[in-house]
Amino acid sequence: MALQTVKNASIRGIAAAVPKHIERNMDLELLGSMEERRKFVETTGIEQRHTVKNSSLCTSDLCYEAAEKLLAELQWDKNEIGCLIFVSQTPDYMLPATACILQSRLGLSQECFALDISMGCSGWVYGLATICSLVSTGAYSKALLLAGDTVTVTKSPFDKSTYPLFGDAGTATAIEFLPGAPDMKFHFGTDGSNADSIMIKDGGFRYPFSADSLEYKMYDGIRRNNLQSTLNGAQVFTFAISKAPKSIKAVLEYAGESIENIDYVLLHQANIFMNDKIIKKIGADPQKSPNSIQEYGNTSSASIPLTIVSRIPDAVRGDSKKLIVCGFGVGFSWATAVIETGNLVCPDVIEV
Amino acid sequence: MDKDFITLFKEAIERDAPVNTEDKFRDYEEWNSLAYLSVIAVIDEEFDVIIEGNTFRGLNTVGDIIAEIEKHTA
Repeated sequence: MALQTVKNASIRGIAAAVPKHIERNMDLELLGSMEERRKFVETTGIEQRHTVKNSSLCTSDLCYEAAEKLLAELQWDKNEIGCLIFVSQTPDYMLPATACILQSRLGLSQECFALDISMGCSGWVYGLATICSLVSTGAYSKALLLAGDTVTVTKSPFDKSTYPLFGDAGTATAIEFLPGAPDMKFHFGTDGSNADSIMIKDGGFRYPFSADSLEYKMYDGIRRNNLQSTLNGAQVFTFAISKAPKSIKAVLEYAGESIENIDYVLLHQANIFMNDKIIKKIGADPQKSPNSIQEYGNTSSASIPLTIVSRIPDAVRGDSKKLIVCGFGVGFSWATAVIETGNLVCPDVIEV
Repeated sequence: MDKDFITLFKEAIERDAPVNTEDKFRDYEEWNSLAYLSVIAVIDEEFDVIIEGNTFRGLNTVGDIIAEIEKHTA
């Protein structure tokens, strides 16, 4: 199994930023009658979403705001930040990497390890494992993990199977080298045979952008173009309710922990119905598993830190807590961690 | 098991009218993507069987679903 322990790295703070603009699903004609809209909201749990609509905001802009606020509250010397990782599937450009742009924009030292990671729903956990592994070597005393997406831009406005589900957000997580910090325990999984279950087909190098990429066509009853994302909801659902509980159980066993000792279980925010099933399967108390999807929708790689900042800020600002964090989705890719963290700097959600 | 499954199936898709094994479930007016997810979830919960989306696409009648569950539980 793909299990890993990371020592000597500690999370010091988490911040999240969302666009000001709100879209309410009860106002969304795409969903049909008021009764159909009500049913959609009830089943998915998604009442509203903050989106970049009518703005020019990119993921990096949201992450930048979250990072500036977080660094100010932490009172960190920017020159001490030797490592910056940007996790997103909505970067500024095809090239260069957005992490390079953010190094300069944030005014970090040129003596900086900067890297983009292309991951979605599992991305914050993968990013956390990567950056904490680097920090644990002692090479970087302070590091910044920026994770987020503006996924709404990649959904067809005619696609009621995706458009009402997603929101936009950017987050910043501050990591510090701390000898003797509690171990972080990770489990990772990948199933690329399901790559086409969530995919934007055109615009990369397999199917380069062409005039045809912009053509709206019908795909299984859904009107979209090939620069917009497909989402095989049924395939994702069966994947999530099967792999997420197994991954959580695997990492708990690896950590020698039982679910009763965990303070909070923070799941990727894709669907309340799905998360309820996962929580039931791992035998966790639903009270310990806050969801933020009601207010923000599915924000891809930002969903877990956004849930922490918006739902349990006082808990993480206080004494040490044991958290399970579990992300799953596009790839398919999934990752779970058991982490012990407390006394975090955690500013309120920022609206940009 | 047929009868048990049909009770669970009716609850999952919120259908009051009768359900028979030979029925083509996609023709039910209650059938939609949410009903589908509920059925997948109840099969997982009650029978510990996860039917993949691509497999499910090949099932047409309520009896086909029962046969698919039995394949995994036999």
